[in-house]
Amino acid sequence: MSAVAQSVPEPRHVVCDGNEAAAWAVVLARVDMVAVYPITPQSSLVECLAKFVADGTLQAELVDVEGEHSALSVLQGAALAGARTYTATCGPGLAFMFEPYLRTPGLRLPIVMSIVTRDTLTPQGVWGGHQDAMSVREVGWIQMYCETVQEVLDTGIIAYRVAENRDVMLPVNVCHDGNYLSFGTARVELPEQSMVDEFLGTADVNWHAALDPARPMAIDPLTGGSGGAGPAMFVRYRRGQCGGMRNSLAAICAAHEEWGRLTGRYHAPLIERYRMDDADFAILTIGSMTGAAKDAVDEARAGGQRVGLVKVKTFRPFPAAAVADALRGIRAFGVVDRSVDFAWNCGPLYRETLTAIHGATPSVPSLSFIGGLAGADLTVEHFARVIATTGQLLNVEPMPGPVWLDADG
Amino acid sequence: MNDAARPAAGASPIPDDLCPIATTPSPMLPGDWRSLRPVVNRAKCVKCAVCWLYCPVQCVVERPAWFDFDLATCKGCGICAEECPHRAITMIEEGG
Repeated sequence: MSAVAQSVPEPRHVVCDGNEAAAWAVVLARVDMVAVYPITPQSSLVECLAKFVADGTLQAELVDVEGEHSALSVLQGAALAGARTYTATCGPGLAFMFEPYLRTPGLRLPIVMSIVTRDTLTPQGVWGGHQDAMSVREVGWIQMYCETVQEVLDTGIIAYRVAENRDVMLPVNVCHDGNYLSFGTARVELPEQSMVDEFLGTADVNWHAALDPARPMAIDPLTGGSGGAGPAMFVRYRRGQCGGMRNSLAAICAAHEEWGRLTGRYHAPLIERYRMDDADFAILTIGSMTGAAKDAVDEARAGGQRVGLVKVKTFRPFPAAAVADALRGIRAFGVVDRSVDFAWNCGPLYRETLTAIHGATPSVPSLSFIGGLAGADLTVEHFARVIATTGQLLNVEPMPGPVWLDADG
Repeated sequence: MNDAARPAAGASPIPDDLCPIATTPSPMLPGDWRSLRPVVNRAKCVKCAVCWLYCPVQCVVERPAWFDFDLATCKGCGICAEECPHRAITMIEEGG
């Protein structure tokens, strides 16, 4: 955060960590209202926003609420009154936010929220891991996972373009890894304000539902029940929500494409394929671990192994067709998760991948790897093991998973 | 959003599968589903207004020498009968 202490108006570059990059996205998106409560490892993001508001860099109302439940509730009211809104949380804060978090997608409010991902309690820990964001994956928020600090900034802006798309109208989680992105520092390019203004347009977020005396209406009246018009009404709204999620896949691709055209930075919108063209087998990654994984793929390639990598950026909705297409012709794959799926004794991305290729790729051997929990680093050496083990699937009998990467130590 | 096809603000019909909203008030009032109704014993009522103070839906109506209830909005919660210091209010079953 020290880099912005002598804040020049619109500096072209800053050297900052992921939390500050997320705050810059809020500045550039001209967010009207921010409501936040600090929690590790998101706290410095809140401090940065407070400083930006105090020094005039960010012309927004900042509500320092008494907790995360209030943070998101405040934003629901603000969005219904027409404001572009932002919050950020993680771990226990996300848990405390859960009630309004459940309601936000159904209200079809284009709120953007960073999850500075953190492993969940218990065992006690304050460090990074994807378990918090993964625990809320079925609620109806769009979720995108960033790989780099620059991508945190860019995705923070792209998120508004996606959320406010009239065919989408859904809240977006921009997930960046606690510790490794939240505090990892890099050189970041700040886009021109005028360019972001053109990209996002003027916020018009309450055209469909408004707290507006000129348009009196009740928000979220009673639906459902066992008879009458209620059940069909509930289905209509629920199905509309699912439709918004479906539509978001195209909106996410279009927004990333447009952003690439404007900035020259083409981030893969749904999945990224890395050295997949002639690959015999593949590893799948999500989030900041991908950098080390790519290095390991390069080393394995140099050693003659035909391995490629697929990074999943958009996890909700799940880009099933893109994943199935990327894995077509692959003879084995391994998936590295920074969280667990308690139901299936594997990682969540592993289970999603199996579902995505079901019917598309006949019985390919695969393995779930779980690592990087509660702040543990995922290194090139870890991925060398992942690649070596996955490569063995080509020749030997299937082996039971999951493989716990940090089990020894 | 700067999507080209967007109609002018206020001109577009709002899709009926977005945020659940209601633009016409429901005709249903608490009196339509109440199961108990308050009845005042006028001989006991001293017009102290405790019922008027406690009623959560403000359905207590002032009469010349006692308090009565607007039964369209009374939901039959019985707080008035519980709080009346003179036991002047009885809750009786609706319908029956």
